[in-house]
Amino acid sequence: MAYASGDAPLNQDPHRAVFQARGLCKVYQMGEVAVQALRGVDLDLHQGEFVVFLGPSGSGKSTLLNILGGLDTPTSGTVRYADHDLSVYDDASLTRYRREHVGFVFQFYNLIPSLTARENVALVTEIAADPMTPEEALALVDLAERMNHFPAQLSGGEQQRVAIARAVAKRPAVLLCDEPTGALDVATGIKVLEAIARINRDLGTTTAVITHNAVIGDMADRVIHLSNGLVSIVECPAHKKAPRELSW
Amino acid sequence: MKGQAFAIAAVILCGVATYVMFLTTLDALKLTRATYYAENRFGDVFASLKRAPESLRARIAAIPGVAQVDTRVVADVNLDVAEFVEPVTGRLISISEDGEHALNLLHLRAGRLVAPGREDEVVVSEAFAEAHGLQPGDNLHAILNGRRKQLTLVGTALSPEYIHQLRPGGVFPDYQRYGVMWMGRVALAKAYDLEGAFNDVVLSLQSGANTQSVIDELDPLLETYGGYGAIDRTDQRSHRFLSEEFRQLEHLSNMFPSLFLGVAAFLLNVVTSRLIGMQREQIAALKAFGYGNGAVMWHYLKLVLVIAGAGIIGGIAFGVWLGEQLAGIYTEFFRLPYLRLALDTQMLVVATLISSAAAVAGTLFAVSRAARLRPAEAMRPEAPVRYRVSLIERLGLRRWLGQPTRMILRHIQRRPVKSLLTIIGIAVAAGITMTGRFQNDTVRYMVDVQYGMAQREDLSLVFIEPTSRKAQFALQSLPGVLHTEVFRSVPVRLRHEQRSYRTGIRGVEPSGDLQRLLNVNLQPVDLPVEGVVLTDFLATMLEVRVGDSLMVEVLEGSRPVREVTVAALVKEYLGVSGYMDLTALNRFMGEGPAISGAYLAVDKQALPEIYAALKVMPRVAGVTLREQEIKNFNKTMAETMLFFTYVATLFAMVIAFGVVYNSARIALMERGRELASLRVLGFTRAEISYILLGELAALTLVALPLGLLMGRALCDMIAQNLQTDLYRVPLILDPATYAFAATVVLVSAVLSGLLVRRRLDELDLIAVLKTRE
Repeated sequence: MAYASGDAPLNQDPHRAVFQARGLCKVYQMGEVAVQALRGVDLDLHQGEFVVFLGPSGSGKSTLLNILGGLDTPTSGTVRYADHDLSVYDDASLTRYRREHVGFVFQFYNLIPSLTARENVALVTEIAADPMTPEEALALVDLAERMNHFPAQLSGGEQQRVAIARAVAKRPAVLLCDEPTGALDVATGIKVLEAIARINRDLGTTTAVITHNAVIGDMADRVIHLSNGLVSIVECPAHKKAPRELSW
Repeated sequence: MKGQAFAIAAVILCGVATYVMFLTTLDALKLTRATYYAENRFGDVFASLKRAPESLRARIAAIPGVAQVDTRVVADVNLDVAEFVEPVTGRLISISEDGEHALNLLHLRAGRLVAPGREDEVVVSEAFAEAHGLQPGDNLHAILNGRRKQLTLVGTALSPEYIHQLRPGGVFPDYQRYGVMWMGRVALAKAYDLEGAFNDVVLSLQSGANTQSVIDELDPLLETYGGYGAIDRTDQRSHRFLSEEFRQLEHLSNMFPSLFLGVAAFLLNVVTSRLIGMQREQIAALKAFGYGNGAVMWHYLKLVLVIAGAGIIGGIAFGVWLGEQLAGIYTEFFRLPYLRLALDTQMLVVATLISSAAAVAGTLFAVSRAARLRPAEAMRPEAPVRYRVSLIERLGLRRWLGQPTRMILRHIQRRPVKSLLTIIGIAVAAGITMTGRFQNDTVRYMVDVQYGMAQREDLSLVFIEPTSRKAQFALQSLPGVLHTEVFRSVPVRLRHEQRSYRTGIRGVEPSGDLQRLLNVNLQPVDLPVEGVVLTDFLATMLEVRVGDSLMVEVLEGSRPVREVTVAALVKEYLGVSGYMDLTALNRFMGEGPAISGAYLAVDKQALPEIYAALKVMPRVAGVTLREQEIKNFNKTMAETMLFFTYVATLFAMVIAFGVVYNSARIALMERGRELASLRVLGFTRAEISYILLGELAALTLVALPLGLLMGRALCDMIAQNLQTDLYRVPLILDPATYAFAATVVLVSAVLSGLLVRRRLDELDLIAVLKTRE
């Protein structure tokens, strides 16, 4: 199935659902045992929203993020991104979807060690349609000064900010972060969250963060609790905190 | 790991197989030759002469050290085989009818030996009989001493004296146009007026006898009777060719395995280093549990030895099989009566030890590093890899290079030694491919020079004995003969200080067009009016230079001995000899205008008539067709070289495949996480394939020119080993050979690249996000 690029931009209608998941199920075959990771998740993510997915290990939050990010397909149910049904996409279409619309931030940064900070960002801007410059992207995360350093010369927090700059440089519709602070200490983690919050606020990028750190939920528009493969609770915090107000 | 282990075992297998193949062949041939020589009582000393009375035999037998003496009559003759238009020449050798033939016994293949008293019976060399489809009972004709005689074939046989059966002066066998046959002594002696006399003698020596002192006593005895100088077995033509072949096999058996084993050692080092890198934590755990360094090292060495062991066992089996095939080809080619296979266990032990040592040496560094790791240190992940901006980028190309290309360059530069060894490994593959085709190229070139530039006649002929120059007019007047040139050749011994060499001096017509002498640049040279011209290699052997004088001892006629100045040197790839102006040589010999043979340019349409006329010319002893010599060469090449070309190409592909596949697999292991991350970011399979395989493509492209240079160097090593008075092999490689080697390497590289690329489709994109590097 071909993915039509140049779809209607998603950054305009704040009430429009960017993602729409209905009855999402995912079963993994682990040897002889079938593991039910998702058991029928219904979910909408809206334009510009900052959503935090909370849940213990095995609750299915990573699986959900992987499906939203086009890294995996559901066993049953549908997931739509804008007008497109991701659940029937083939590998090439999913690749194209990730390339054009999704920014990823991972727990372990996954930077390319042989490329400098600037080049890690350029890696993505070279293949994007309307990117910002690597310098702009790195300025967004306060790393303009260190852009010629290799990952091995940067601290963990700096590396994660490079990863964020790399994720947002192509101006993605969605930013998906999988335990972005999981490998960092509190102070560094907060700096990273600030960068993510700023991207969400200033660029209006729909942002989903998965974590098992409940505190991070305080900075979200919505907190979605997952447990045992199902959405258990959805909260909308009355007062959205700034990252620097968080502590854990 | 399985694929890599297989690839490494395959490289070791090739190394062991080449070693075992060459040595199995060599051992089999040596044993066969030795058995054959012993069973058929091959002589130790050989001498031909003009004519000596049989009574001389006792005096020869009395020379200290001589065990047996066999006197013979030997004659070169023109043969006429029914329904074969072209001229055929042959050598008739006497055998005693009473069966008391002492030396160089025949190995009868069919029929029987000649019966006593039967003057028309001959035993024919099997190759010749097969080439003409002759069976016992068939007839053929020979011109014996000017008289045409019908001969009846009673048997076919092989002789240790003619394992390599070549016409005098020929380099490639031609069983259709040259045959060796044996006839009763009485009959042959009668035909050549040698009753009670002989013109050839073979001696066997007592064990421990000094060959040279026997020859030193024999030569003066025979000199009175027109002796041409005795030769030791090592100079006997057939023996000599075989020995050269053996020497070459030995050389190749040293050269090739070391290349393969070097590559295998490198591959094992790379793979175990990587494996140990991945298993740091297990090593730490083992050591924490109290396992000693020795135990840890032994653990990895066992793995290496299992891989090497598989390669060694496979290599021995394959090598023995290949060796038997190759020995079989040689048996056919050399017309050996049988093949004695000898599986030399010592050689197998050596092969095993050398290969294991190479494998262990290749991994020892990595393994000892693993053993030295302190458990606490090993528990921690390896320090992050430090990259630098690559040299090419710093040279100013950076802005033109995309990030993937920068990744490739920096990765190559991060491990310069490994990259270099990978390049060398691939280069070795190209080099080995070239060696497989080198002999074909160079011998083709030698033939081109010999038969395209130097010898340009259509056919050449020799007379039974020196003949008046008037014979040229007879030849010239044959219908269809366009042009003739004549020559005089005399057997000589050339001496300079302590060095001497037996060869011939050929007197040729100055500014001849059919037979030309070429200088070192292969330009035709004018023959100097005075002095002798030598093959450059002969000058080196005798340590003479242009302007030096040389003692020339003629070994026929009045046997003049005189000093002659070396006037010039000429380039020849086949044989070594001297040349003089025809008139000057006649003068030197103190004879009139005598000639020994002629070169003819003919109208091809008239060849059958010319052949017919030459067959009945009583004084014509042998006719050689230039075109046929070229065909003989091609046939010889097809028989002997193709096998080696196949084997070398196959093995080179294994090396190229092994190196590229292993590098790609290691790269995939090292960079799988990186590549999966890129896939997550939206890179396509093609884009990440470029990053993974681009590195190998770059290394392969750098390796190719290096490999072609290395191939040239390897061929040069082979050529250097083939510089003898029999032939000098120049370093000539066709452009097609370079192209072929490059293609073999590229195809192997692409195949192994594709195989690894398939694994890129199996990258686990999700796992990579959840794991620390």
